[in-house]
Amino acid sequence: MDFDDRTPIYIQIMDMIERRIAAGELKTGQQLPSVRDLAQQIVVNPNTVQKAYVELEREGYVATQRGTGTFVSGDHGTVDLLRQGLARGIVATYVADMRSLGFEPEEITDMVARATKEEAT
Amino acid sequence: MTDLIRIDGLTKKYVNTTALSDVTFNLAEGHIMGLLGPNGSGKTTLMKILAGLVSPTSGTVFIDGLAPGVETKASVSFLPDVNHLDRWMSVGEAGNFYADFYTDFDRKRFDELLAIMRLTADQKIGSLSKGMVEKARLSLVFARRARLYVLDEPFGGLDPLARSQVLDALVANFRTDCSMMVSTQMVADVERFFDDVLFLDRGRVVLAGEAEDLRTRRGGSIEDIYREVYGHVETR
Repeated sequence: MDFDDRTPIYIQIMDMIERRIAAGELKTGQQLPSVRDLAQQIVVNPNTVQKAYVELEREGYVATQRGTGTFVSGDHGTVDLLRQGLARGIVATYVADMRSLGFEPEEITDMVARATKEEAT
Repeated sequence: MTDLIRIDGLTKKYVNTTALSDVTFNLAEGHIMGLLGPNGSGKTTLMKILAGLVSPTSGTVFIDGLAPGVETKASVSFLPDVNHLDRWMSVGEAGNFYADFYTDFDRKRFDELLAIMRLTADQKIGSLSKGMVEKARLSLVFARRARLYVLDEPFGGLDPLARSQVLDALVANFRTDCSMMVSTQMVADVERFFDDVLFLDRGRVVLAGEAEDLRTRRGGSIEDIYREVYGHVETR
């Protein structure tokens, strides 16, 4: 995993896990790697992974069961909310980017429609 | 959380120079602290005091509640900034030497670390490259089940691959019942391992805090902050 050292590392770990939950790669009830294992996998300080897990738990995306581990929690509603939130962020960045290149709103929607069609074929 | 290191008003004077001046900080158990600063800022002196090799001129130093001495030496694993191994020894013999000297030396752990570092016990210290000697030294230091690890420039003289092996070993070795203090001038790549950072300049603490907190408050990486504090990044 590539980190940007200018943003707190625990937030980047949270983003990565939230993205995987939203994409359905991590499903409700599924166990997350232990703090130690994930720390070794992505080579960061275990305390930082711990902090990311605590914050994810506070936000209601995971739950820690004493002695057994950390699991993805939340129902379809929570996951959908997470997906929608991430999508809004991506769209907002995209639109702002396109606007700064001088594209008009209609042009942007047209281009998105065309790209979506191409992707589907 | 308990503090494994408590230092208050630490000053170290040599005949003509003041190496440390009124240094005060704590290091929590289970935390990794980056000790940052250019050459001559007092990092090595501070680490030698923690290792019990240099005594303070004034101020107090407590490691696990004890002043540095025979007892703390048994629980502090120190990596000096210069090679401390004899050339004629093999890596395995250096392990035997450590095992005789330190009761907390874990032979199995040592073998695991050698595997991470891509070293074998039969290699002679004298035949190893500078980077390999560094890795052998780190394997010895990490193989101790110490309370406190004090590593003086563990990344100096390592190529990128060796550095990543050392970082793997560092994460694999880390336990919540120990603490680490790591001095470095190469802040990039390693800053993400630090819970806390302490910036020294000419023997004084110029900035200290939690790494993630500093990133948030200053909107930059620890390396950016280092540049701001010292005006440049030293390389060697």
